Amino acid sequence: MSRIRDKFAELKSRGETALIAYLTAGDPSPDLTARLVWALERGGVDMIELGVPFSDPLADGPRIQLAMDRALKHHVNLPRVLDIAREIRTRSSIPLVLFSYLNPLLRYGFERCASEAAAAGIDGCLATDLTVEEAEDRVKALHSAGLETVFLAAPTSTLRRLELVSRYSTGFIYLVSRTGVTGEQEALSQSVARMVSALKDVTDKPLAVGFGISRPEQAAAVGRMADAVVVGSAFVRVIEEYAQAPDLEARIEDLARRLKEPLRASQ
Amino acid sequence: MTPTQPDILGHFGPYGGRFVPETLMAPLEQVEAEWRKARLDPGFQAELRHLLENYAGRPTPLYYAKRLSEILGGARIYLKREDLLHTGAHKINNCLGQILLARRMGKNRIIAETGAGQHGVATATACALFGLDCTVYMGIEDMRRQRLNVFRMRLLGAKVVGVTAGSQTLKDAISEAIRDWVTNVETTHYLLGSALGPHPYPVMVREFHRCIGEEARQQILEIEGRLPDAVIACVGGGSNAIGIFHPFLSDAPVRLIGVEAGGRGPELGEHAARFSGGFPGVLQGTYSYLLQDDDGQIALTHSVSAGLDYASVGPEHALLRDMKRAEYTSCSDADALAAARRLAQTEGIIPALESAHAVAEAMRRAPSEPGQVYVVNVSGRGDKDTGIYVENFPELDQP
Repeated sequence: MSRIRDKFAELKSRGETALIAYLTAGDPSPDLTARLVWALERGGVDMIELGVPFSDPLADGPRIQLAMDRALKHHVNLPRVLDIAREIRTRSSIPLVLFSYLNPLLRYGFERCASEAAAAGIDGCLATDLTVEEAEDRVKALHSAGLETVFLAAPTSTLRRLELVSRYSTGFIYLVSRTGVTGEQEALSQSVARMVSALKDVTDKPLAVGFGISRPEQAAAVGRMADAVVVGSAFVRVIEEYAQAPDLEARIEDLARRLKEPLRASQ
Repeated sequence: MTPTQPDILGHFGPYGGRFVPETLMAPLEQVEAEWRKARLDPGFQAELRHLLENYAGRPTPLYYAKRLSEILGGARIYLKREDLLHTGAHKINNCLGQILLARRMGKNRIIAETGAGQHGVATATACALFGLDCTVYMGIEDMRRQRLNVFRMRLLGAKVVGVTAGSQTLKDAISEAIRDWVTNVETTHYLLGSALGPHPYPVMVREFHRCIGEEARQQILEIEGRLPDAVIACVGGGSNAIGIFHPFLSDAPVRLIGVEAGGRGPELGEHAARFSGGFPGVLQGTYSYLLQDDDGQIALTHSVSAGLDYASVGPEHALLRDMKRAEYTSCSDADALAAARRLAQTEGIIPALESAHAVAEAMRRAPSEPGQVYVVNVSGRGDKDTGIYVENFPELDQP
């Protein structure tokens, strides 16, 4: 059984594209993350990437860097992220992907991290700076703990690399829509269609497309090609702007609803 | 032992490798492939040698510091004068090499990070020489303490971008340079300035600096008729140290001594001595010793010397340390400052604060080791540090 695979199968049978939301665990504070995840789920989000805060997030743009700083001010470390996952699980079975830079996982002990994450209700893991070349032992550890693995594919990836990414990814493949760091963009990269088609030639695993997608019309365009759309910075921006507001959860839920709307029956 | 070489994926033993977002893997493979081709290309080697000799000023002298040695009354201290190179530090060796590579790859935009500003100045210089667009990332704390180098870079036509994230030092400048590279990868070469980061940088940067040790080895054999007892170099990322160490690796009796920044003391956050306070981990593309807290967050570091103020260390140094082929020690801010002043007043050489750490270690050991011969890498000159010397020697700044 796998919540991630089951979710993709269920959506496929309904002709829907998945909406995946990224949140930094502990942003704006550790006691709010589970509530925000529940709000996202009410708004129609199908899967969550739960970000582990890291001091030096070199793949992230300013928006998510600041989110990590806010979480780190609350001393949110890996055990605390797993506490948050357990809290989410008290009311939800939404698939959770742990989204982390490698170092906090290594410091905790990679195998110990994998088994404790699985026990806390995490379903999969994506380590931003874990390349397929370095993945072998770590993928084994994640799989033997019962976790799915997700790797990044990029516009610069060669065919050989796309094949390796596909081989090591079990939950889904995360296709980075453009060269660059995370963050909202005015226009969607022109190369997404080409990359999706190149990947579909080498894999039958679900494809999620992310980086730079923040608006319903962008989600709709990507949703026609991919199995899932990932939105991160747009949610993080709402958290940043309305951290203290009483209607933060309602705003998050509303953004999720607007992004999910064009993804229903989109395929 | 035979000199260490990385495996095909860039591992030095357990260290090194490639830990980057997938977008950077293809460009790293391109840099590696181009470098491997260039190494075998006599045209490339001849052009690089021509630039090193006629533009940068190689070979640099190996100078016997006679007064200093006599005053200390022990070991004979030789100084490898990388400070005499064009731009004032060893950094130009690597910059000229990588600029030629960037041209081969058709990349006309160069980005770099800099801590002390020496790598930034060398990069800006090489870009000016070839008419390439140059952007240098520098933490604003480093811009403050190395203001002269900021101006030099701008005078050379480079754009200097201040980095306000984190500790506002070298680590944050590297992250910002990587973010730029990942965004502009089609047009841009990242001219990384130390033996750090993802493969192939640690081995490639080492090879561009290997001339330091090759010259020093030949020079000491000519002068003393024998190998030195110790080779001493400061270690930030570790490029000047690996450059001078590597040609001596097979010479078992030669002790290789790396000197890290001891800063203000042994507490986490007060120094940059990775080998005494660090734990292996991944930062900025490589697996090596790393100053970090129990949660795997990268620790803040401190050194009076911006070029040594970094939380990680080149992966080959980590391996050499595990193998006990090289030994690593540290030197405090105060000892480095005192050593710089003493070298200035005994030999008329004002070293960079980075290099002063190596000089301090030589001064500490020399009195108890008469008859021994040391080679100390004076990796850069101290003009850029004048502001810090003024702050620390106020008695010299009276009207």
